[in-house]
Amino acid sequence: MAERITRDDVAHVAGLARLELTDEELERFTVQLAAVLDHAADVEALDTAGVAPTAHPLPLVNVLRDDVVRPGLDRDVVLAAAPSVEDDRFRVPPVLGEPS
Amino acid sequence: MTEWETVVGLEVHCELATATKLFCACRNAFGDEPNTNICPVCLGLPGSLPVLNRGAVELAMRLGLALGCTVEPSLFHRKNYFYPDMPKDYQVSQYDQPINVDGVLELADGTRVGIERAHLEEDTGKSTHVGGGGRIHEADHSLVDYNRAGVPLVEVVSRPDLRSAEAARAYVNELRAVLVATGASDARMEEGSMRVDANISVRPVDFSTLGTRCEVKNLNSTRSLGRAIDYEARRQIALLEAGEQVTQQTRHWDEADGRTHPLRSKEEAYDYRYFPEPDLVPLVPGDAWRTSVAESLPPLPAPRRRRLAEATGSATAAVAVVVERGLDDLVLAALAAGGDAQRLVVHAEHDLAGGVGALTTDAFAALTRMEADGALTATQAKAVLAELVANGGDPAAVAAALGYEAMAGDALAVAVDDAIAANPDAWARYLAGDTKVSGFFVGQVMRATKGQADGRVVTALLGQRADAGG
Repeated sequence: MAERITRDDVAHVAGLARLELTDEELERFTVQLAAVLDHAADVEALDTAGVAPTAHPLPLVNVLRDDVVRPGLDRDVVLAAAPSVEDDRFRVPPVLGEPS
Repeated sequence: MTEWETVVGLEVHCELATATKLFCACRNAFGDEPNTNICPVCLGLPGSLPVLNRGAVELAMRLGLALGCTVEPSLFHRKNYFYPDMPKDYQVSQYDQPINVDGVLELADGTRVGIERAHLEEDTGKSTHVGGGGRIHEADHSLVDYNRAGVPLVEVVSRPDLRSAEAARAYVNELRAVLVATGASDARMEEGSMRVDANISVRPVDFSTLGTRCEVKNLNSTRSLGRAIDYEARRQIALLEAGEQVTQQTRHWDEADGRTHPLRSKEEAYDYRYFPEPDLVPLVPGDAWRTSVAESLPPLPAPRRRRLAEATGSATAAVAVVVERGLDDLVLAALAAGGDAQRLVVHAEHDLAGGVGALTTDAFAALTRMEADGALTATQAKAVLAELVANGGDPAAVAAALGYEAMAGDALAVAVDDAIAANPDAWARYLAGDTKVSGFFVGQVMRATKGQADGRVVTALLGQRADAGG
């Protein structure tokens, strides 16, 4: 099997997804993901010249709703399901760095 | 010594003034009680599905068309990251196929700034960091309010066409004016409905390639924006002049210490793993929709400024103020009603900041006519105008009621001669070329005439007396 994906690639992707993998899992998933990519390569082999790219499997565009308010969820019900709450807000562990 | 040029591009996030969020029917409102506008979609609960808000698309198109963009078929992508302000662990945004591309924003001084794109995306929830004095890196924990999660945003990305802090501020002011004119957003920086990030680099003035840039965040006012650009340019120039390099990174503006601090470098940049959002189909606004939106646009600031400048021949700065105040229609109507172009603009620029009140177009026109004919001095006209704004009425009647009657030229000449006779020392200084003394004489004549004299006429009379040999 060609080097479709390296162990380092898998470790990087796992890190992005906040997954902690053992060495054994890294090995196993590297092999499995390579097989998935090989399957995608089968599709790549098809002649798609003249086929327009699609962004979605459904033959639909412009699924829209009117800008009208509808009631959502009751705060007390939602917050009751949260692991931790303070001042009517979700309490979360400290975060480092800003994302955007 | 190298001469440096600052290069700035801005990314401005604008919250759209819709009734509901981008993908769900929760209320879009600022300042509501925490977590009262939430539902399964904006909380990212399993099994919920987003449906795009037609109103948000319409406002995005209004803004795009007002910026001269092309409205394109567009797609939504997921931008993946783990941060509690987005409960889904991704933000839905537009990536390589945004709705609006390739426009231009014309600033008040005529500078044209390229717009690369203006795309739709959803806002995040609002985090409050508790402990560590509110500083994110020292916080003990954070509290999240999801009322803002899913509120529709348009992110307007400019090209790196700005060359100074002043130009960047002018760009933000102009964009705000367009947002308000189109009704796309209330554009209040202090409420966070308009948020600005700046990409800043420097280069020697004769270089055509761009220097390494830093992106500066946390700019909460146009004042912060200007200060941050000046600081960041100085910092980068100092590095380069010391033979060092600028590192591409994201930096945080600290308003209190007036500096930027590194947040993360290019190597640490987030890998967002964008991929097409499978729960949303493509957005392809048809010609009829685009045309109806384009036709419903109000007159925009730049063409309004051009129209006013052409009609009155006034200076760029005055025209910009009058249009910003929304007084250009009044000035143009008063001009058509026989008003004096220059005086209309001067009053609109300086004396109507608090609104027009009871002032009518015809009264405004007549007032400037009286002024132009010499029936009122500039000072008197101001007073009459204030009365017209407060209580309305006819300017001639108001002027009479205030006791303003044009002084006959003879009476004024007598007053000038009296002032000269009463102040021989000052007059000697005037004759010796001390022009500052003319202000003293104007003041004397004004006092003697209870403010009814026209200062310019007094100055002219003084000159005549001097030429006649004192």
